[in-house]
Amino acid sequence: MTRTLSLVGLIVLWGVIAAAVHSPLLPGPAAVAEALLRDTRSLELPYHLACTLLRVVAAFMIAFSLGIVAGFAMGKSGLADRIGDPWLVILLNLPALVTIILAYIWVGLNEAAAIAAVALNKFPNVVVLTREGTRALSVELEDVADVFRLSWPVRIRHVVLPQLAPYLAAAFRSGISIIWKIVLVVELIGRPNGVGFVLGSAFSLFDMVTIFAYSFAFIAIMLAVESLLVQPLERNANRWRRKAA
Amino acid sequence: MQTAGAEKLLELRVDAKTYVSAAKTPVGVLRDFSFALAAGSFATFVGPSGCGKTTILRIAAGLDRDFRGERRISALARIAMVFQEPRLLPWRTVEDNIRIAMHAASVTGEIGEWLERFDLSDQRHQYAGELSLGQARRVAMARAMSIRPDLLLLDEPLVSLDDTVAARLRRELREIADSHKVGILLATHDLEEAAELSDRMLFLAGKPARVVLEKELSIPRSRRDRNAVMVLVDEIRAQAPGARD
Repeated sequence: MTRTLSLVGLIVLWGVIAAAVHSPLLPGPAAVAEALLRDTRSLELPYHLACTLLRVVAAFMIAFSLGIVAGFAMGKSGLADRIGDPWLVILLNLPALVTIILAYIWVGLNEAAAIAAVALNKFPNVVVLTREGTRALSVELEDVADVFRLSWPVRIRHVVLPQLAPYLAAAFRSGISIIWKIVLVVELIGRPNGVGFVLGSAFSLFDMVTIFAYSFAFIAIMLAVESLLVQPLERNANRWRRKAA
Repeated sequence: MQTAGAEKLLELRVDAKTYVSAAKTPVGVLRDFSFALAAGSFATFVGPSGCGKTTILRIAAGLDRDFRGERRISALARIAMVFQEPRLLPWRTVEDNIRIAMHAASVTGEIGEWLERFDLSDQRHQYAGELSLGQARRVAMARAMSIRPDLLLLDEPLVSLDDTVAARLRRELREIADSHKVGILLATHDLEEAAELSDRMLFLAGKPARVVLEKELSIPRSRRDRNAVMVLVDEIRAQAPGARD
């Protein structure tokens, strides 16, 4: 309730300021809402949102599946860690923009390059978190799994994943927010569709209404993902924990 | 696996077992230790904490292979262990903890029967992380017995339990030792416990540890009442002044 009121307060404040300055550089809530409706009806907005979301999902899945495997290997094996660590440090410190430019130049201005560039930006972060989680795996429970001869699939599901869950949840959370921001940059630089592309063209036209409309639409979607997907998943993974008194 | 009465279930020969301490100096744990357990018999290692009992059990379980010597056990032998701490999967229910072990051992059977036997029926759907220590120890015991092991390793399974629970678990152990053809290895520092339960007691002492006294208990387990146990304990104390309770 307080949260909703606070949000309404923000919109009211925005409306008051917009009305006061009365400039095309700060459109009011009504104008933005109108643009949102118009572009939703023409299917322009859903189309670009879908393009961006698909890229987010694709990059996310690639970064996660490869990152978890690499992180697990580095957490388990000292040799893998010594080999992989310098690479990891380079990747972690490579600016997103550099990866994007290199990908476009080397691979070409296409979808594969765009998604690879985003995935590569998120990948090292997943590796680091998974590696930490793997290092923290309980040796005691590994003994239990050994004595009772649990098969690998059973181990992963019942022993390993529940312990990695908090680390993966952290990677997931930070991943969602980082990835969609980078996707917009990738689209701005080299894609003919998606929210980033629209923002780029609106920027060159000083079309503030469109910029506001698409930004809000995207933020709304990410909020929905957070509350409908991320939080329920986390609650489910943590249901066995005793509630803090 | 069914072995003939005289046949050895497990044969251990440890010429030397050392571990490297945090200060990088090798510490001898066991030396010139050899031991054999016949199928269906119950042996107990008695000695003060830190004397190497846990190490022997870990070697017997196949968890510790870093020693000079030999371990012989049929590859088909089913091994179960109750560790000093219960070591359950806190994110799985009591029922699932047992089910996972049974499933890995391809044992079919009613879980309810085991829960009832260890007075856990009310905790069936509780997460293992929510149990009291006494309850968790009972689950660990039920988990080990539910797979109908050929070799059951018990590492101080009754430590820090209140008397009634400990007495009940001892009764369960006696019953299982008598009714199932299972070889049991118990590590304890409790003389009474050892005298009540085992067919053979081995006293460990020294650093590195060796067997200083071995005692066959000729009175059948079923005829050892409280009195008989106390007589045995006194007798042992007289023979091994170092054997403490």
